[in-house]
Amino acid sequence: MTYELAERYEDGNALAGPLAEIFAVDITSATGRCTECGTSGPVATLRVYVHAPGMVARCPECDHVVLRLVRGPDSAWLDLRGTVSLRFPLPPATD
Amino acid sequence: MARAAVSGRLAERLRWRVARLVSFGDETEAARTLVFDVPGWPGHLAGQHVDVRLTAEDGYTAQRSYSVASAPAGSQVELTVQRVADGEVSPYLADVLEVGDQIELRGPVGGWFVWRAEDTAPVLLVAGGSGIVPLMAMLRVRRAAGSRAPFRLVYSIRTPEDRYYQPELRHDDPGVDVTYLYTRKAAPDGARPPGRISAADLHSAGWPAEFEPACYVCGPTGFVESAADLLVSLGHDPSRIRTERFGPTGG
Repeated sequence: MTYELAERYEDGNALAGPLAEIFAVDITSATGRCTECGTSGPVATLRVYVHAPGMVARCPECDHVVLRLVRGPDSAWLDLRGTVSLRFPLPPATD
Repeated sequence: MARAAVSGRLAERLRWRVARLVSFGDETEAARTLVFDVPGWPGHLAGQHVDVRLTAEDGYTAQRSYSVASAPAGSQVELTVQRVADGEVSPYLADVLEVGDQIELRGPVGGWFVWRAEDTAPVLLVAGGSGIVPLMAMLRVRRAAGSRAPFRLVYSIRTPEDRYYQPELRHDDPGVDVTYLYTRKAAPDGARPPGRISAADLHSAGWPAEFEPACYVCGPTGFVESAADLLVSLGHDPSRIRTERFGPTGG
């Protein structure tokens, strides 16, 4: 049933563990911008479909695929083609 | 403690750690709280979660995410696991795992759906079913830190028997109001007929939008969608509504 399929997602918080293997800071608090509609928001608010091969994160506004992650046995493959930019909150830069 | 999340930087690379079950207790017929000792645990923030990995003798592994239920306390980490019928992981954790048994755990992860004891704004917690778990961690951190931030918890469950953390949530925490919403069967003394969460529920048991509370909504996807929409319709700024959805994967 389409309705059920549409409901079968989690939110971007589910990316925290898998992406912590790759990034040095928490990516779910970063602000991302969608290439399709230009909406900006925390990665934590993306809609994440985990029933695809790997994880597929879609824009909550326009459903565009913003990020894809596949974790293989000895590598991770991260596709960010739907992301214009990621802005990470960081402590003040030190020299 | 929790230096990682405070600075936004991970104190060290995320790695799997051995977690040993030290005690457990049943919350309801379907849910069990497990207390693990995790040597080297770096501490966590209220609302963060962990990944749990089980490995079978033939090398097959299964991995799930669980919210941490406890406030930071040394190397102890508490998870509350709801048994999902036909699940791969939850029935094992909730029924089979015995004191002394070991699993693998990594974390804490997630820096967005968190509450910090320095935050002084009023807080509205909205829980659907097992979505109470990370919100309970927030209540526990509030108490442990002696925070006076005013909290309101609106907790939707099917029946009174489905409530988690009962002795603890019943005892009076100054500055914390708890409202239960039953969807299938009301409490014997309940005035509210059983039903899903409504704008009227959030209006009477939540905070006025003018108070600019931080809202945390956690539960199954459908519940979170409707509760967040109701909060927006009551005038709450979407940027102050943080959500965490439990997906259908469960198990």
